[in-house]
Amino acid sequence: MTTADVVGPDRPTPLEEEEIPGGFAGLYQRAWLNLRTGNLGPVPIIVGEILVVIIFGLTATNFFTSVNFVNLITQTAGTAMLAYGVVYVLLLGEIDLSIGYVAGIGALIVAELQLPGSSWQMNGILAMIIAVIACAAIGGVQGSIVAFVGVPSFVVTLGGFLIWQGVILNKLEQRGTIIIQDRWINYTDLYIFSPWLGWIIAAIFTALYPISILYKLLVARGTQIAQQNWLLVGIKTAGIALAAFGTVAIANHGKIISTPEGLPLACVIIVLFFVLLTFLAKWTTFGRHVYAVGGNAEAARRAGISVPRIRVLVFMVSGATAGIGGIIFAAQVNSVALTFPPGNLLLNAIASAVIGGVSLFGGRGEVRGALLGAILIGTLQNGLNTLNVSNGWIYIITGLVLLGAVTLDTFARRLQARSGR
Amino acid sequence: MSDETPLLQLRDISKSFGSVQALAGVDFEVRRGEVMALVGDNGAGKSTLVKCVAGTHAADGGQIIFEGREVHIHGPKDAGRLGIEVVYQDLALCDNLDVVQNMYLGREVSRFQVLSEAPMEQHTSETLASLAVTTISSVRQTVATLSGGQRQSVAVARAVMWNSKLVILDEPTAALGVAQTEQVLALVRRLGEQGLGVILISHNLHDVFETADRITVLRLGRDVGVFDRRTTTQQAVVEAITAGVPTKVSGITSTAEAPA
Repeated sequence: MTTADVVGPDRPTPLEEEEIPGGFAGLYQRAWLNLRTGNLGPVPIIVGEILVVIIFGLTATNFFTSVNFVNLITQTAGTAMLAYGVVYVLLLGEIDLSIGYVAGIGALIVAELQLPGSSWQMNGILAMIIAVIACAAIGGVQGSIVAFVGVPSFVVTLGGFLIWQGVILNKLEQRGTIIIQDRWINYTDLYIFSPWLGWIIAAIFTALYPISILYKLLVARGTQIAQQNWLLVGIKTAGIALAAFGTVAIANHGKIISTPEGLPLACVIIVLFFVLLTFLAKWTTFGRHVYAVGGNAEAARRAGISVPRIRVLVFMVSGATAGIGGIIFAAQVNSVALTFPPGNLLLNAIASAVIGGVSLFGGRGEVRGALLGAILIGTLQNGLNTLNVSNGWIYIITGLVLLGAVTLDTFARRLQARSGR
Repeated sequence: MSDETPLLQLRDISKSFGSVQALAGVDFEVRRGEVMALVGDNGAGKSTLVKCVAGTHAADGGQIIFEGREVHIHGPKDAGRLGIEVVYQDLALCDNLDVVQNMYLGREVSRFQVLSEAPMEQHTSETLASLAVTTISSVRQTVATLSGGQRQSVAVARAVMWNSKLVILDEPTAALGVAQTEQVLALVRRLGEQGLGVILISHNLHDVFETADRITVLRLGRDVGVFDRRTTTQQAVVEAITAGVPTKVSGITSTAEAPA
């Protein structure tokens, strides 16, 4: 038997997998191929976001203002943080229902630790570090019950949901609201960078993507790994630059009475964690193992990956991001009250990740999906608020968008399966 | 075939699960560069025997001799360290990961936990090329997009990539069509030609006779004969599998070669 005989009978090489040329032709070919096979990536959600912005820009008077833009960022930051953690948990095919109240616990801990006049009063930064570690530990305990005892994560975190809600109730029912006076804590949501610092930050984040490409080329030295399509790299870099500098430009433009607005620290925090958590998911062995466990836990186990360890670590990530998100929410109102967590925090965070294309069954999705989803939900709710739409309608419309996004994704997936990709 | 010491030699292996005697004094051997088929009816003990070698089960009694030295295999990691790799029937591939990611699963090349994709991709391509697996057009395709034969090729390539000396294949063609079966069988023969020892578990005697150099038959937890493929017939093997005359009686040490 010759090699040719072996090759012959197998199904023919799909035409689309053949050499995709560089430059414009390659770009066009790739885009058309992806569209035809339902591999849409983040395109629908970005299109949706642009549509939402245009609609509200035309209908609401206060929507298209620089001040509202900064508001939108500070309102969305906390949800996005929680949604990042949700992505990791969903990648494993698990769920974490406790994050809303774990966020509350994070906020409660910083509020307690910064309490002026108490014997334990400490620096806000230290208080935040302790709070995030505590929330990660909560996630670790819940994750351990899932990983080692084998209780379904839905049940474990439902228990967490009730327990942490109870702890917050016990703490705040008599005390009422705790005011946060520590400036470092409040800065997490409300600090505004001066205009030129904003520009520098935009430049730094814009540079990250080209740097990552250069690093890849450096590692690929001496091998025959497929070349980058430089046009695509250029377009992506330009897109990131547009988003970064555009954000800073709009934010710098505004004025509240006479105080100039600018890039809020909250924005930098969510972008920073977006970069960090994307790096963790895509560039490290840990991230690779998360995808592996979510795709086929048994295969991962046989490959020598410690599945329980990955599960525990992921729930710790989820707890930590919830804690950070909680601190940002507390900073937004300079206090922790019984009404924490605000609105439908848990469901908004999960909806953000799901709208962003993260599968509930594990193994598929990216951190960027959570960011895009949170921005879409945030914009929608902010825009409807500026239109003075009732809360009922805001929920209904958010629900419809969630359904629409998932339906579109399901169709795209079916198309993908049919085209064998 | 050379007369050097066999790559793997099992002596008098026994294993029971509670009151069920799964293996009762089984002798078995594989030489370097040889495809040894392991056949038998359901419940004959094929999987149990292989799991004892792979470290999934610990044998109750008997000796495992690998490359002339007696070894004790307490887990899959021990087996891996010796150079024994198993390709299970379900392949243990992650559908959502691409070919490179699956090949290096659990053994990623990294610097300070940061993945080095390029060397992994390069080596994956080279390994597939060395096995003449040419049907996979891109090693960056996810496994979900591959055909059954291609998946099997990836799983086998993964097993041989780690300087393994003995590759155990559990029913590699059970789920495949005719063309893909041919493709995988050619790959199995190539492993033998490259000097590896191969244990091929199969129900399909046609495949076994196309691929194997020798055939060990198990029945009810005992080895009932070793056949040389060139000098035996399917008829003889079928008789051994079902109820034919045992060529070995337990308690009497057998010779490795069975009467033709």
